[in-house]
Amino acid sequence: MMNDMGNVGRDSAASEIKIQARGVQVFYGETQAIKDVSVDILDKSVTAFIGPSGCGKSTFLRCLNRMNDTIDIARVEGDIHIDGDDIHAPGIDPVQLRAKVGMVFQKPNPFPKSIYDNIAYGPRIHGLARNKAELDEIVERSLRRGAIWDEVKHRLHEPGTGLSGGQQQRLCIARAVATEPEVLLMDEPCSALDPIATAQVEDLIDELRQSYSVVIVTHSMQQAARVSQRTAFFHLGSLVEYRETGQIFTNPEDPRTESYITGRIG
Amino acid sequence: MATTVFLALLCVSILGYSLNRQAAARMRANGTKLHSVPGYHGLYSLLSTIVPVVVLIVLWLALQGPTIDRFTMSGLPAGSLDELETGGRQLILAEIKSISRGRVFGNPEAWKVDAADRYVWMHAVAGWMLFGVVIVASLGIVGFARSRVAADFRARHGVERITSGLMLFCSTIAIFTTLGIIAALLFESIRFFERVPITEFFLGLNWEPQIPLREDQVAAEGAFGWIPVFLGTLVITVVALFLAVPVGLLSAIYLNEFATPRLRAVAKPVLEILAGVPTVVYGFFAILVVAPAIRSFGATLGIPVSPNAALAAGSVMGIMLIPFISSFTDDALSAVPKSLRDGALALGATRAETVLNVLFPAAIPGIVGGILLAISRAIGETMIVVMAAGLIASLTINPLDSVTTVTVQIVTLLVGDTSFDNPKTLAAFALGMMLFIVTLVINVFALRIVRKYREAYE
Ligand SMILES: Nc1ncnc2c1ncn2[C@@H]1O[C@H](COP(=O)(O)OP(=O)(O)OP(=O)(O)O)[C@@H](O)[C@H]1O
Ligand SMILES: [Mg+2]
Repeated sequence: MMNDMGNVGRDSAASEIKIQARGVQVFYGETQAIKDVSVDILDKSVTAFIGPSGCGKSTFLRCLNRMNDTIDIARVEGDIHIDGDDIHAPGIDPVQLRAKVGMVFQKPNPFPKSIYDNIAYGPRIHGLARNKAELDEIVERSLRRGAIWDEVKHRLHEPGTGLSGGQQQRLCIARAVATEPEVLLMDEPCSALDPIATAQVEDLIDELRQSYSVVIVTHSMQQAARVSQRTAFFHLGSLVEYRETGQIFTNPEDPRTESYITGRIG
Repeated sequence: MATTVFLALLCVSILGYSLNRQAAARMRANGTKLHSVPGYHGLYSLLSTIVPVVVLIVLWLALQGPTIDRFTMSGLPAGSLDELETGGRQLILAEIKSISRGRVFGNPEAWKVDAADRYVWMHAVAGWMLFGVVIVASLGIVGFARSRVAADFRARHGVERITSGLMLFCSTIAIFTTLGIIAALLFESIRFFERVPITEFFLGLNWEPQIPLREDQVAAEGAFGWIPVFLGTLVITVVALFLAVPVGLLSAIYLNEFATPRLRAVAKPVLEILAGVPTVVYGFFAILVVAPAIRSFGATLGIPVSPNAALAAGSVMGIMLIPFISSFTDDALSAVPKSLRDGALALGATRAETVLNVLFPAAIPGIVGGILLAISRAIGETMIVVMAAGLIASLTINPLDSVTTVTVQIVTLLVGDTSFDNPKTLAAFALGMMLFIVTLVINVFALRIVRKYREAYE
């Protein structure tokens, strides 16, 4: 599509650009959290954001579905286009944008509702199911994709808040998947999960890649290497390096990237 | 005298504090390892002096008056109290006391003046005795506390015991006051039910308590059925809630979720002012503004409206309850974690959907608790209804009629000509007791509901 504004990093140009960010700056009051970040995120692929704690990964992620709008003191500057549409254009409804760009948060946040209603919430407000049977099907499929179906299929009507932390996180992943977003933003989705559930979520991410664009923030280099095609390294609010994952881990260009992935900063 | 005594006690106990503190500090300076820091040794002395001696002083002062009275009376010349009833004796005692204060009317008998002199003298002696006893006792305790300063003396634990004892004492005050109120209500209600059958009170449909107090008064026979009175309270409460619950909830939701910070900064204090308006003022508002407005509106529609319609009192009470409900709702909504809000918004929910489907259910326990407390307040509210509701109990649920309430009846039964041994006055206590029970039940329910939701959602 709109590939004429120049790519960041060395692009294999195999797939289309889904999200195009140019000169993004984010301020929390007076302090600047994101400094002039430009990045192209490809469709049908997984992009990993890595970087030391506090470098602005979550903040940048929240720009992509305009969740920073909900923070009073946050101010976003710069252009972000999704499918060629400016997401800050006056005609764009953030509500519709968020239905298209789903998000999984760093901390699990199930609603105080039953497991079933947690999953069914998105499909219900967006009218994705025509009847109860369809809704049941969406709930089951989403829970399966969230790798939690077997654990909860007998207790769908118990409160989602009664699950363990890791189960809650997978419930939230299933909830995000249930609305069939085109882009899925995942902020450290596996930080509360055991290795088995992590592997399942990684499988899910791999599967989602077939049809969606996935952006995942992670503190695990191994995870970034396993699931992502491209990796962006953030440091102190700037995008330092953004390239194919294999290259960034084997042959980092920037000395800061190298010291981070070899464990010397962060 | 009492002031001097307390000052003396304070001085002695401060002396004890510094003595102990210094002694402990000296020990530590000499290299001994103390169990408690010097400050605690000082506090130990201070508290163990002040607490028992204050109790002693209070008891002494409480007993001093009656004891001296008794001595004064028994010291009167033989025969002067003969043929006098209790009332007469008390009159003489009162006269002696007023002479002792220098207020002499006419020419009192010499023996009364003598007695007054002795009365003054005894008070002075008692005061000095108290002073002496306090000094001796406090110095004794200070000395004892000083002797206990040692490396392994657990002054910190001692202080902790004394302070927790004090706290226990303070918390029992509230409990015993409540128990005392219940006991008084219960006792008087039982006396009421000795005169009026229980069945009449609970099942009777007539409330006409204005029975004659003295033989020369003309009044009706009297009927004590509480149903119409309680029905009146219910009607007014329901009217109040119909106004307060939706308005309070929606305004809280608006202020919490939709209003700009500027508007919120103005609107919240205004709501709080509404909560601070004295109920008498609400009463004025009901009589002068709301009731006439409702009447004339009714007149234009051709509906007869009583001048003190339940609707007027109830809606003004509802206005009074709005800030109550909205502040509870506001607290409950603000307590919902931001992550839940974000979760819903990130799914593409609108703000209204977020509030309705996610925040509201999570905030329900606080909101329900607030509503139930508002009901308790509405039932117990007195001033607005005394001013704006009627006096006659009628069996109606029409809010355009005049109704009376439990609190109004309690007030009218207890003002003016009263004596505490007839059903008219005692009925007030029976009503008060029912009020107490009803609000208690509601509060217990409120707690139940709150707890149930909390279990489900945490
Ligand atoms: N709501 C907020 N208000 C003010 N400052 C914020 C807010 N959220 C984040 N920040 C600041 O912005 C900077 C970037 O935060 P961000 O959460 O994006 O970091 P991160 O890379 O996600 O870190 P982590 O790996 O620990 O999650 C930090 O310095 C943080 O203090
Ligand atoms: Mg983060």
